[in-house]
Amino acid sequence: MITKCLKYLFWLVLMKPLVTIIIGLNIRNRERLPKDGPCIIVANHNSHLDTAVLVSLFPLKLLSKMRSVAAAEYFMKPKLLKWFATKIIGIIPIERGKAGTGFDPFTEVSASLNRSEIVIIFPEGTRGEAEQLQTLKRGISFLAKQHPQVPIVPIFLYGLGKSLPKDEALLVPFFCDVFVGEAFTWTGDGTTFMQHLQDSFTELAAELPQSRWL
Amino acid sequence: MSVFANLSPNLLIVIASIFGLLVLAQLIVFTLKKTKPNLDIEELSLRVRSWWIMVIIFIGALVINPSLSVVFLALVSFLALKEYFSMIPTRRADRRVLFWAYLAIPLQFYFAAIGWYGMFIIFIPVYMFLLIPARMIIGGDTQHFLQSAGTLHWGLMTTVYCLSHASYLLGMSVDTYLPAGNAGLLLYLILLTQLNDVAQYCWGKLLGRRKIVPLISPQKTTVGFFGGIITTTVVALALATLLTPFSLFHAACLGVLISVAGFIGDVNISAVKRDMGVKDTGTLLPGHGGILDRVDSLTFTAPIYFHFLNYFYL
Repeated sequence: MITKCLKYLFWLVLMKPLVTIIIGLNIRNRERLPKDGPCIIVANHNSHLDTAVLVSLFPLKLLSKMRSVAAAEYFMKPKLLKWFATKIIGIIPIERGKAGTGFDPFTEVSASLNRSEIVIIFPEGTRGEAEQLQTLKRGISFLAKQHPQVPIVPIFLYGLGKSLPKDEALLVPFFCDVFVGEAFTWTGDGTTFMQHLQDSFTELAAELPQSRWL
Repeated sequence: MSVFANLSPNLLIVIASIFGLLVLAQLIVFTLKKTKPNLDIEELSLRVRSWWIMVIIFIGALVINPSLSVVFLALVSFLALKEYFSMIPTRRADRRVLFWAYLAIPLQFYFAAIGWYGMFIIFIPVYMFLLIPARMIIGGDTQHFLQSAGTLHWGLMTTVYCLSHASYLLGMSVDTYLPAGNAGLLLYLILLTQLNDVAQYCWGKLLGRRKIVPLISPQKTTVGFFGGIITTTVVALALATLLTPFSLFHAACLGVLISVAGFIGDVNISAVKRDMGVKDTGTLLPGHGGILDRVDSLTFTAPIYFHFLNYFYL
């Protein structure tokens, strides 16, 4: 109960103002955002702020349904961070690098989707070099195959890699551009699925005016 | 209401007229929607709605308390600077420099609010001008050094220094009698600047043919430009005795000055946007674009208005 209150307070008092006033969002095609779960939000990953922004796109009444998939080895080691990540941010920890061992890393994610939750996934696997889209990992396609009905919404984020890139602790405000893509579902096979996802991102990124790092 | 008690009646008259104008605009939108359903007035409708929100917030801050207005203007300045920094190419090495640039905002608006003229007038043109390259030197990256130092300071000058002149109007002490207090001075500037934008837009849409700066801003027309000057000057004359100490001759001069300066300020930001290849500076104000699209004229009118006042009435 207390944790739940803390969670709401954290998002309402800290994260929402941080995202809307300090950072500020320019959202394109907001109407494409799903009204409710289950759905999979697929986004590019540049910054710790990505999750904060994606969760803030949804109304607070959906907060208890928002989950984001995060690396277990990163977030689950220190005790306090584990509590914060699972209870306040609402992450689903996932074990990386166990492909081919017969172990399904998505068990928890699937359960979450079955509970009609909104799951955020970063298929690049990690925050890379600021604002550079990396190769998408194929894991997402296995998840989509298991849930062929669940809509997948690609969202392209730009600017957070400037505000708070990897290996920096100081937040410097820049507006964040949020491009919401068209929802789609499992395409029938892994290759076309990954291609579709990649194309969606390329298309969304093309809407962006070029103002990269000098 | 105790809130309104310490406001001059003159201020209330003008505020009431502003809301009257908004109601009129809203009625026009409704009528157009009803009578000409195939006319696309979506943008106009969004614009009017955004105007409601902006007017309510600005007037609200002005009515409640001057400090709140300074905070509001500082916030506008912050949003404008952030839009600018998000639009231009920046170097990753300069993240900490940008951080210092943001910190200049509370300081500059504080100097304005307490009416410390000496510091207010040199803080950004001198101290920030020196601090920016000083901090960049610590970073040690010389590639694009000049471009970076130049563009960062330009942004500070435009979005923070120039805009802060509006809030200095609230902090300054004037020897002459002010019929609507310091708030009247600020309201006069903001009202004329924004009205000039609207007048240029309306005249241009209704009668405009010939483009005045086709390479930079194809929306601007000669009719809009001159229609704006006439409208703004008439309103400047009408409001001068209600809100300001200006003589009618000075009010007419200011009407023309604000109109022309506002036009240049607007086109100035348009030129930057064109250079950067963006259409709007943001999506914060539906129908208008970003904050910078709304306060672009004010970046030019605020310092000019202030120095006119400073020269003739202090």
